[in-house]
Amino acid sequence: MAITEQEVLAGIKEIVEEVAGVPGSDIEMSKNFTDDLDVDSLSMVEVVVAAEERFGIKIPDDQVAGMLTVGDAVNFIVKAAN
Amino acid sequence: MSLKNDPNNRVVITGLGTLSPLGRDVASTWEGLLAGKSGVTRLPQDWSPDMPTQIAAKVAVEPAELMDRVEMRRLDRSEQFALIAAREAWADAGSPEVDPTRLGVVIASGIGGVLTLLNSYDVLKEKGVRSVSPHTVPMLMPNGPAAHVGLEFGAKAGVHTPVSACASGAEALGYALNMIRSGRADVVIAGGTEAAIHPLPMAGFANMKALSTRNDDPTRASRPYDKDRDGFVLGEGAGVLVIETLEHAKARGAKIYAEVAGQGLTSDGFHIAAPDPEGTGATRAMLAALTDANISVDEIVHLNAHATSTPAGDIAEAGAITGAFKSHLDQIAISATKSMTGHLLGGAGAIEAIFVALALHHRIAPPTINIENLDDAIHLNIVRDKPRALPSGDIAALNNSFGFGGHNVAIAFRSI
Repeated sequence: MAITEQEVLAGIKEIVEEVAGVPGSDIEMSKNFTDDLDVDSLSMVEVVVAAEERFGIKIPDDQVAGMLTVGDAVNFIVKAAN
Repeated sequence: MSLKNDPNNRVVITGLGTLSPLGRDVASTWEGLLAGKSGVTRLPQDWSPDMPTQIAAKVAVEPAELMDRVEMRRLDRSEQFALIAAREAWADAGSPEVDPTRLGVVIASGIGGVLTLLNSYDVLKEKGVRSVSPHTVPMLMPNGPAAHVGLEFGAKAGVHTPVSACASGAEALGYALNMIRSGRADVVIAGGTEAAIHPLPMAGFANMKALSTRNDDPTRASRPYDKDRDGFVLGEGAGVLVIETLEHAKARGAKIYAEVAGQGLTSDGFHIAAPDPEGTGATRAMLAALTDANISVDEIVHLNAHATSTPAGDIAEAGAITGAFKSHLDQIAISATKSMTGHLLGGAGAIEAIFVALALHHRIAPPTINIENLDDAIHLNIVRDKPRALPSGDIAALNNSFGFGGHNVAIAFRSI
């Protein structure tokens, strides 16, 4: 069964809340990880690894560089997981 | 205000902070110390069943009660301790306004982020390379605690981490003193931290026969100078002091605990772990601290001994103290506070500097507990069981710290 955008967003919210302490309610598709959510480059690595584990996918390093917003990450994961 | 390169600059202690086996802060730790309370407890039964030592002096309050969860997960336990203690010390000093380029940090550690190192290796083996946290290196590097404290307070005069095993905390205070005397800083946050209660370092210490195995009687296991002492009890925690020039402290109307008056540092050149039985290196360190502080032997009324409760170490230090003070020995109230706190390794010299500062400030020497039968070879004027009042007027005190590797550090303090 295909995973939905909403399900991935919910998972990302939990991960970012755990890693960076940002309340899930502040995390939206348009938010920039660095500028809006204060997720620095080291914490971004944690987010990526947690997302890989959770959704059973691989996120290559060259893709991480392009993931500026929550939406970028969600879209990549939805595509990769399905 | 900038006070440059004046060797006559007097340096004073204006802020204190700790997280220790006796308490969550300086007030509770000092209260426990004067009450003769032990911070040693039995470790959980399943912790490491084959370990000959099953006791340790853990911090009285877990960092999780004192720190934000997200902040904690990026910090090694030793860094958590250091930050908690530094925040208390800084607030206690009145959060002084300092030009960042005149603010320094010197926080030592004996072993560094050993819990992170070992736990990360477990993750590597169990879950693979990708799962090792990107925060691992900043968490395990020995300068991590100093760096985090430096970031917290925006220190830009220099951030440093001396490492000399169990003398590290004292060496940090000496380094901080030098930073001010040499004109590099007006205010320095100085101290030491350690979090090494883990089966691996404990197995190493246990196999050196350095640790007490009095597992059935934890609170009486650390017993410096007692005939039946059988090793030290591993402790954890941090001590941090804010020091600054007397002029700087006065100008801002700061509360002053005591003066850091001088330091003496020597090395034994004898053995990697055993103390030199002659204790000449330790004697030279004590005398050098007095010379540096311009204090004569008859002014010293109190000494916080290194006294870890090992059979050889306590005797060697007692001999060294006798060698330094000779006929003045009787007037010196000697406290072995590791009888209560356990041995904080790189944190020891720092937390004991706090105890000496408070002893001079409040004119009271903390007790040494657990001496049931004094070792016949010890001829010191030990403060036993109950605290003892110190004289009024101008008084001075010493703190001794020695480390594996033959490092000897003595710091001299004066009442203000």
